[in-house]
Amino acid sequence: MTAMIERINVLIRYKDLLRELVVRDVKLKYRRSFLGYLWSILSPLLIMIVMTIVFSQMFDRGIDNFPVYLLTGSALFEFVNSSTHMAMYSVLDNSALLKKIYVPKYIFTLAKITSSVVDLVFSLGALVLVMLVTRAHFSLYMLLIPVVIVQIYLFACGLGFLLSAANVFFRDVQYIYNAFTTAWMYLTPIFYPIEMLDKMEWVRWIITHLNPMYYYIQHFRDLILYGRFTDPAIFWGGWLFSFIMLFFGLFVFKKTQDKFILYV
Amino acid sequence: MSEEYIVDVDNVTIRFNLASEKVDNLKEYFIKLIKHELMFQEFLALKDINLKVRPGEAWGLIGTNGSGKSTLLKAICGILKPYKGTIRTVGTIAPLIELGAGFDMNMTARENVFLNGTVLGHSRKFMQEHYDEIIEFAELENFQDVPIKNFSSGMQARLGFAIATMVKPDILVVDEILSVGDYQFQQKCYGRMNEMLQGGTTLLYVSHDINSVRNLCNHAIWIDHGVMKKSGPVEEVAAEYMSNNR
Repeated sequence: MTAMIERINVLIRYKDLLRELVVRDVKLKYRRSFLGYLWSILSPLLIMIVMTIVFSQMFDRGIDNFPVYLLTGSALFEFVNSSTHMAMYSVLDNSALLKKIYVPKYIFTLAKITSSVVDLVFSLGALVLVMLVTRAHFSLYMLLIPVVIVQIYLFACGLGFLLSAANVFFRDVQYIYNAFTTAWMYLTPIFYPIEMLDKMEWVRWIITHLNPMYYYIQHFRDLILYGRFTDPAIFWGGWLFSFIMLFFGLFVFKKTQDKFILYV
Repeated sequence: MSEEYIVDVDNVTIRFNLASEKVDNLKEYFIKLIKHELMFQEFLALKDINLKVRPGEAWGLIGTNGSGKSTLLKAICGILKPYKGTIRTVGTIAPLIELGAGFDMNMTARENVFLNGTVLGHSRKFMQEHYDEIIEFAELENFQDVPIKNFSSGMQARLGFAIATMVKPDILVVDEILSVGDYQFQQKCYGRMNEMLQGGTTLLYVSHDINSVRNLCNHAIWIDHGVMKKSGPVEEVAAEYMSNNR
């Protein structure tokens, strides 16, 4: 118990560092680009337009508002994809610093995920824009969006801790994870409806039982696209995935962090 | 442990894994696992080191290159964990192991002051209060909003030193950092370190310049290949170290 309090105190002591690191990431990302922060909105918008043109012909049946359907899925997936990829390098990239000064190592991983969340929130601007253009219905259920964001944030933190620790010991993780996320993207109903997989029973089973992204995206779409509370199974399943991932990631990170310095 | 020591290094051994090649990919890991070659070729950077420092003392760490001086400093700062033994410290530590570690080259001096200050564990508010003082000491008034990739190494070192020594720490850990920077700034740094010593700060100082160790420190520990050769008053240890190296 005292160890727990001690850890929370350390986090409080370094909260300003976390803030500085997040501000740095957000600031540097668009420094020297002409449109700056607008890119956070423009970039998902452009990708959405391309994907809508390509895929709406194929999968349009059964999807009411394809642009919004696509954007809700891709915004969340893109967040997990980019945040965990950046988190994976967070310990290695700061190795020079970790060799010189004592800093809680998880701060760097946490900062990467957190700055990606800031990006995710910006990109919701694109979503609102598309909803306005397609005359989608705005419901009060949208006020529950932060719940999904918290769920997916905890999940990404856990995955980030796991990857950043693993990457210190085995650099192969980078390449494996690249392939893994590609497969993961196709196994997540981002641009196709889950019903399309009815004929492939086992694939559908895997997605709806083992793919956390399915839970978060379904939850997100229920709130935004369909204007309703999500299914309790989706809701609690999402929390379950979040906490399992978070605790597993923290556990691995904590177990191995004292050895980082010998490998970085 | 008796409370009178501010740094208590007790029988500390630090181990590195010097495996002939670093195994950092899975394929090799499995091959070596199967061949039973995954042995640790261990290397003890420090062997059973004892160092007891009372508040207000200034200790110099001397020894040849690769003798483990910096390793000991890193262990005291908490960067390395001892393999055996314990290290206890009381109070705040200002580590000056490398000036400006953690600077982001793309950011301006102003942004880096806040970034580096929070890396050292200070709050943002605290940094705001001391911002002017830091810039003044580093003599960078005209370059506050310039990205520090455009700074000379001396300018960066000045900024790093100013940030690290702005606070009056209980323990100041210095590892041969003053070789950069011009003579005038070096004198300014020694001045500030002396000031801190007068104010009761404990100093741990690594340098190859035996004269600066003699000037700053009252005690010294001589480490040779990870083993403590001698510790005690600075003159005795320095004299023996010098005669041994002749």
